[in-house]
Amino acid sequence: MKRLNYPFSPEAVRELKVGDMVLISGKLFTGRDAVHKYLHDGNKSPVNLKNQIIYHCGPVTMKDKKTGKWTVTAAGPTTSIREEPYQWEVIRDHGIVGVIGKGGMGQKTLDACKEYGCVYLHAIGGAAQVLAEKIKSVDGLYLEEFGLPEAIWELTIEDFPVVVTMDAHGNSLHKEVENSSKEVLKAIL
Amino acid sequence: MTKKLPAKKPVSKSASKKPIKKPIAKAKKLDPKTQTIESLLELIRVTSTEIPDDVAKTLMKARSQEEQNTTASYAMGIIKDNIDLAKFKSQPLCQDTGTVIFFVYHPPGFFQNAFKDLIKKAVVKATQKGYLRQNSVNSLTGENAGTNLGEGHPSVHFYEHNKKEVEVKLVLKGGGCENVSTQYSLPDTTLGAGRDLAGVRKVVIDAVYKAQGKGCGPGALGVCIGGDRADSAYNAKKQLLRKLDDKNSIPELASLENEIVETCNKLGIGPMGFGGKTTLLSCKMTHANRVPASYFVSISYMCWAFRRQGVVLDKKNTIKKWLY
Ligand code: SF4
Repeated sequence: MKRLNYPFSPEAVRELKVGDMVLISGKLFTGRDAVHKYLHDGNKSPVNLKNQIIYHCGPVTMKDKKTGKWTVTAAGPTTSIREEPYQWEVIRDHGIVGVIGKGGMGQKTLDACKEYGCVYLHAIGGAAQVLAEKIKSVDGLYLEEFGLPEAIWELTIEDFPVVVTMDAHGNSLHKEVENSSKEVLKAIL
Repeated sequence: MTKKLPAKKPVSKSASKKPIKKPIAKAKKLDPKTQTIESLLELIRVTSTEIPDDVAKTLMKARSQEEQNTTASYAMGIIKDNIDLAKFKSQPLCQDTGTVIFFVYHPPGFFQNAFKDLIKKAVVKATQKGYLRQNSVNSLTGENAGTNLGEGHPSVHFYEHNKKEVEVKLVLKGGGCENVSTQYSLPDTTLGAGRDLAGVRKVVIDAVYKAQGKGCGPGALGVCIGGDRADSAYNAKKQLLRKLDDKNSIPELASLENEIVETCNKLGIGPMGFGGKTTLLSCKMTHANRVPASYFVSISYMCWAFRRQGVVLDKKNTIKKWLY
């Protein structure tokens, strides 16, 4: 088990290799379809994303009526491949060093990870409750106009469990598994 | 796993503590409609927050078979923790609470439309309580009414049976795994799959290969051989109502089901597509007649968060028995 602690940096994520099981502590920003399209269209980010990690997640959130404080009650990853057209640019222009999601991403993202120093971290799909437990506080809410699941949520996390499936050295576990299973498939059929 | 008990309503508890002026039954007694909604709400709560015993057993067996200290066993460990936590907190296993699909089996002379209205009320209530996410979007306007009601939602199917009681089954079908569900038309020349069980086997395995980890595997399949495109897809999905440890009554299909699971687990795709021993938990197959010109094979892929439950309602519409 490896650890990745805040503040993050391209140097730190370059240490990570495909297959590493990692516990992340520090900070995350959620961002899914609307946010990626918004940044891709050249809009300025409401938060500085340099050396930050973005999480493909539309959390279920609740606001305490008395205190006005937000809590996250479910926070599993959403399918990442939808951001494939945008992700490489967001890595390049905003300097993010990590992307968390599920299902993996394509060649463009893999190339950007290598060039700029970023990793793709796979969370466990469906593990909404376990992942919500690792969120210790909600520290900010941006682009609320996109709707709550689509907004950017700034979250403090502790021991958030992920697996590195695309590293900053051009390796992708998704490609590896696909290729090896293809060989087996050929033999079976 | 402990057996679920019929809904224990706090109403009866607090009523028993207070000086009893009126019979306790009075406090519990709801009018038939309200009682039905309460029972359906409890069905939705349990379906969304607890994995059925047969699936849990299969998942735990799969977990024990993965090698220690691998990403596969890590993923299965988190899946187990998530199952325990969701049940403990009575919160959805996964934030995608899926397409809400009801199967209602009723005696003759039953009022389907009235029952459907009660189902809708229970769905709205379950959404307010957070057992279901606001998950239903108008396909033309993109609007989300926030109630999980809309054209075709929830999906409700009625069947008349010869029993006196009403049985209600519920499946919550996630989007990620629905996206990797598929349909083949045989013969498929690229796969060399002909119009026979050998051809069926090929396309089913191909579907599992193509899904990789995208359907939140390890997955479970429902398969239908034959039918027109629509019936074929529907019957494949209905196979998800079968318990994972049951046995197909048609010997050829029974052995094909087992063989497909074994073979798919050799693909090495593993939990979440991380690589590993368990790619598929189960495969359940059925068949439907076709016209000579067509030969469809439909595959419904269900994620590890296999949410299915069912209840038998008694005459008072309270939950008499859990079906899974
Ligand atoms: S495929 Fe299943 S487990 Fe995965 S996100 Fe969708 S509903 Fe949840």
